[in-house]
Amino acid sequence: MNEKKSRVISRRSFLKGAGAVGAASILAACGGSDSTAASGTGAEASAEGKVINIYSWNDEFRTRLEAVYSEVASTSADGTVTTLKDGTEIHWIINPNQDGVYQQKLDEALLNQASGSADDKVDIFLSETDYVYKYTDAEADVAMPLTDLGIDPDTDLADQYPFTKTTASDQNGVQRGSTWQCCPGLLVYRRDIAKDVFGTDDPATVGEKVKDWDTLKATAEELKAKGYFTFSSYADTFRLYGNSISQSWVTPGDTVCKVDQQIMNWISDSKEWLDAGYLDKTVKGQFNDDWNKAMGSASKVFAFLLPAWGIDFTLAPNWDGPEGSWAVTNPPQEYNWGGSYIHACTGTDNIEHVREIILALTSNKDNLLKISKDYMDFTNTMSGMRDAATDDGFCSSFLGGQNAYEYFAPVAENIKIAPLSSYDQGCVELIQNAFSDYFQGNVDYNRAKENFETAIKERYPDITAVEWAE
Amino acid sequence: MKQTKQKHLSYAKWGYIFIIPFFLSFFIFSMIPLVDTIRYSFYEYYRSGIKEIGPTFIGLENYKSLLESDMLKYAGNTLLLWLIGFIPQIVIALLLANWFTDMRLKIRGKQFFKVVIYLPNLIMASAFAMLFFALFSNSGPINSILMSLGLTSEPIDFMGTAFGTRALVGLMNFLMWFGNTTIMLMAAIMGISPEIFEAAELDGCGSVKRFFSITLPLIRPILAYTLITSIIGGLQMFDVPQILTNGQGTPDRTSMTLIMFLNNHLKSRNYGMAGALSVFLFVVSGILCFIVYRMTNGSDDAKPVREKQKGGSKA
Repeated sequence: MNEKKSRVISRRSFLKGAGAVGAASILAACGGSDSTAASGTGAEASAEGKVINIYSWNDEFRTRLEAVYSEVASTSADGTVTTLKDGTEIHWIINPNQDGVYQQKLDEALLNQASGSADDKVDIFLSETDYVYKYTDAEADVAMPLTDLGIDPDTDLADQYPFTKTTASDQNGVQRGSTWQCCPGLLVYRRDIAKDVFGTDDPATVGEKVKDWDTLKATAEELKAKGYFTFSSYADTFRLYGNSISQSWVTPGDTVCKVDQQIMNWISDSKEWLDAGYLDKTVKGQFNDDWNKAMGSASKVFAFLLPAWGIDFTLAPNWDGPEGSWAVTNPPQEYNWGGSYIHACTGTDNIEHVREIILALTSNKDNLLKISKDYMDFTNTMSGMRDAATDDGFCSSFLGGQNAYEYFAPVAENIKIAPLSSYDQGCVELIQNAFSDYFQGNVDYNRAKENFETAIKERYPDITAVEWAE
Repeated sequence: MKQTKQKHLSYAKWGYIFIIPFFLSFFIFSMIPLVDTIRYSFYEYYRSGIKEIGPTFIGLENYKSLLESDMLKYAGNTLLLWLIGFIPQIVIALLLANWFTDMRLKIRGKQFFKVVIYLPNLIMASAFAMLFFALFSNSGPINSILMSLGLTSEPIDFMGTAFGTRALVGLMNFLMWFGNTTIMLMAAIMGISPEIFEAAELDGCGSVKRFFSITLPLIRPILAYTLITSIIGGLQMFDVPQILTNGQGTPDRTSMTLIMFLNNHLKSRNYGMAGALSVFLFVVSGILCFIVYRMTNGSDDAKPVREKQKGGSKA
């Protein structure tokens, strides 16, 4: 008996040992990067810190920064440290966006901002349109007003799309962030399927067939007859509806979550479309394996609703057929999807660098055009994008030589940003989750509503009630 | 006389000194957080955006709203998910342990098999769940195989049904833990004196009879131990379903376990509600431990009685 117990205990201590080894290797890893930093750091805590900590959720910002910020000297092989020419190091702290992990880590760091040592403080952090409002809040004051950095939004950022400036402003209209990208969305379709069904892959003709929801529905029937799905999943269309809500999910100061009529429309339309067979039943949500496969050449999905980054970042890597198989055209409804905002974090010790980075990445027209050219990002320069729309240099081989900016630019100028609240991300995520069960026939309509109510109150304890339109 | 007594005392002193690190680390890393958890369960304390709300003392309000929530449903889910994994686990483990320790079967490569069945336990639960998620997704390899074999014309939506999701979670827990249990039970069976088996054989006892009348009663303490550790492990289950369902417990929250429910509260840094839920869990584990403890302790007294009834006189 004793012998057996000791075996059991030894397993436990083995686990503890393993944990210790893991922790030690992490410490060792930190030690490694610190020692390289130490050579340049010294003890002086003068005007400008030697470490710029940037919080983000993927390497998108890093690649853009490396491409256009002239001070960049090199980046370590694992992508965690970028060294600038003056020896300052940018430390990238990357946490995935999914499941709110990024925000949790960021919030934790922001709470320690006051007490952290200068080189541990967050200097720059990024936020997405879904939760930008949480960080630009004037009361919270975690994102510095741009004017405090020495950036005048009216002159320095005059060429930016106005809605991006509104999005990054707090409730008093003070701009507290800036973005290099603007995310008008388009309808991206497969040329071969268009030829098969409509006899042509001409963007203008296809655009006519998808110009609004009613026309698109008729087109969906045509596609279905040939065995194709119009879109991959109900989540694909969510942004179009979600972006045109007339009131914010939660009115500032209120504790009631209001589900807009547009969202109710999305629910009823999605159910109808799924049951009619216009959407692929096997694809549930986005950014998962099934969705990625739906972008492959074996898939029967005709189109995706994606902004510029979506084409470059998700569609292109998942496409395994010949180059030039896709094309873009106008979406059935104008929408904006995403947008990464750069914020200077209150308490930063690198004001000079932070200002330079923000200016280099969000107001320098040449830099922005370079980003557009290299990464097919639709960038935040009105005049630049108008030029790009007519410039053949911006034609994409992925899109079969089509110039996507011709379609992006007018959408961007027509975007009216939906009223934001700091609860948006949870609302958007949870309503899709809750109704996913309903679409698939696992629960009835009322049950899905209840599930959303439960989930939203769990996520945001201060929400007391949910009000449904209709 | 007095001298020796003092010498005795000084030895005891070393004993205490040697166990100080444990008590110190227990106090800092377990006791203080435990007390804090209980304290916060009486407070309204969460984060809204990046603003902290509270802590404000609200008495038993958290417990009340917890009882009004679907907590019991999640407790049921947890129990069910645990049972789906545990029942095959204990059955297979008993069978394998019995075969591996059977002298007459002369299984070759025992060590090899022991290693192989233990291997799944070395994979991180989250990695394992990711793997299953990919394997059983609608366009995953399992569906491709089934479709190319002609067993199904449309992909089976494994994770779209409560049954499928729960079965997958159960299967994963079974695969991860049956090796561990087998090895423990093998140790237990090998601890039984071979003489007893020999005597039984001479008396003409068959292998089935031997298993139920000798092996099983004699490894009861270890079986009980397996049961406790498994129940407590099951109560804390979250990694596999969390990853498999993306933290949603889909469909319709049927695979949401208690700890996933707790995680949902922690997402909003709701220390009050999370604390209250933790206290519930603490009490439940306490009760379970007490019951099992009584069971094992009781079994020592009860065993001779039962075995006497059967005509045996061991132990």
